[in-house]
Amino acid sequence: MERDDLIVNDSYALNAHHSEEEGQAIRKKIYMVTLILSVITAVEVGMGVMFKRNDTFTWTAIKWTFIILTLFKAGYIVMTFMHLGDERKNLRNAVVVPYFIFIGYLIFIALTEGASHFGLDLMFH
Amino acid sequence: MSGEASKAISKDVLWGGGRSPFSVSYGKMMMWYFLVSDALTFGGLLVAYGFSRAGSTAAWPIGEQVFRAMPFLEGHYPLAYVALMTFILIVSSVTMVLAVEAGHRNDRSGVLKWMAWTIVGGFTFLGSQAWEWSHFIHGSGGSFLLAEDVTVTGPEGEVFEMTAGESVFMDHHFGHLMEMYLAGDPAVTLSEEGGHIVLTELGDHPHEAHLHGLTLNKYVEGETMVEGDAMMDLWNARSENFSFGANLHDSEYAVQQSYSNFFFFITGFHGFHVFSGVVINIVVFFMVLNRVMERRKHYEMVEKVGLYWHFVDLVWVFVFTFFYLI
Repeated sequence: MERDDLIVNDSYALNAHHSEEEGQAIRKKIYMVTLILSVITAVEVGMGVMFKRNDTFTWTAIKWTFIILTLFKAGYIVMTFMHLGDERKNLRNAVVVPYFIFIGYLIFIALTEGASHFGLDLMFH
Repeated sequence: MSGEASKAISKDVLWGGGRSPFSVSYGKMMMWYFLVSDALTFGGLLVAYGFSRAGSTAAWPIGEQVFRAMPFLEGHYPLAYVALMTFILIVSSVTMVLAVEAGHRNDRSGVLKWMAWTIVGGFTFLGSQAWEWSHFIHGSGGSFLLAEDVTVTGPEGEVFEMTAGESVFMDHHFGHLMEMYLAGDPAVTLSEEGGHIVLTELGDHPHEAHLHGLTLNKYVEGETMVEGDAMMDLWNARSENFSFGANLHDSEYAVQQSYSNFFFFITGFHGFHVFSGVVINIVVFFMVLNRVMERRKHYEMVEKVGLYWHFVDLVWVFVFTFFYLI
């Protein structure tokens, strides 16, 4: 079994230095992600201005689209800008898994309690 | 099981116990743990916001109606200013990641350049937020609550059955003088001329504000301006409950105070993070300037403050979606 608790030759280890070529590749990725984030934000604003807020299915679908696009943006920021994607898998899991367990539980409990407290179907309201 | 690694590694990158869990330095891992807990705090705030909003029986203001002003410009630009703020923060996140990247190549001048731009971006965002807060606090004309039920006809013949306790909105000029009048300013007088309400301000630059129309549903879907007799019916049904802008006790935006309170708390708490991020960025900038990182032979401090800075951007992405868009 390979040990992964030693800082050996990870690309972001303290003693690791990037060459000019590596730097170029990383910068290219950064500019790509910048473009993606800007385009997604512009699309979100456009949708927010264009569509009416009401109880129709269209608006519900748009709300879910916003949430999915936001999660995409968050993924790009965390995995590329914070380069969690380049860290060891167990660090990634130690950060992401507890967060989703706790926040997932909080959302679940707010929806269930809210639905019984207010008598509303929060999910599709 | 091969057990211990065969490769000899430098002692100074290991933790006290001679190991480095997750193969990262102690400081970086603790920064990640701090960010997880801070993300839970913001997650909790946004969930609480959604809970209040879903449970609210009165109409909840929508972002594109509330946030549509631009500095120096007249007219309506729904969400444009917030989108600009989002873009500023994304760009400052990019300059930060470029500073981190330069650090990994030991490019000191690159780190300094990109960190300087990040600090500029941070201050720009804070300035934008200050303007937005100022605009939100001052409001755009104010509102009053109806004291009794009144049915009015809109410009296209649509009928609005307004009930007591609902909000009606004034325009900017009229609202401004009305606020002074209600505050007991002796220079402002209120009169009725030919079916119009007129506010007159005496003083060095005497001027008048006429009530041309009153707006219904200003901050929710279906904004309509009513004029003439319908406007006067609404005016005559007014209560003494006027609101101008927003503070911690009162708000023109919504009948329920929680809307403004969440705005102040969520964007304020985020703004506080941006401010502390800028301060830490400045500290690290001067550390780089004083060649501290060269003596340490690595730029991990830049990477750690970078993690915090990206987190601030990450939070804003969610605030933008849940507070402004949805």
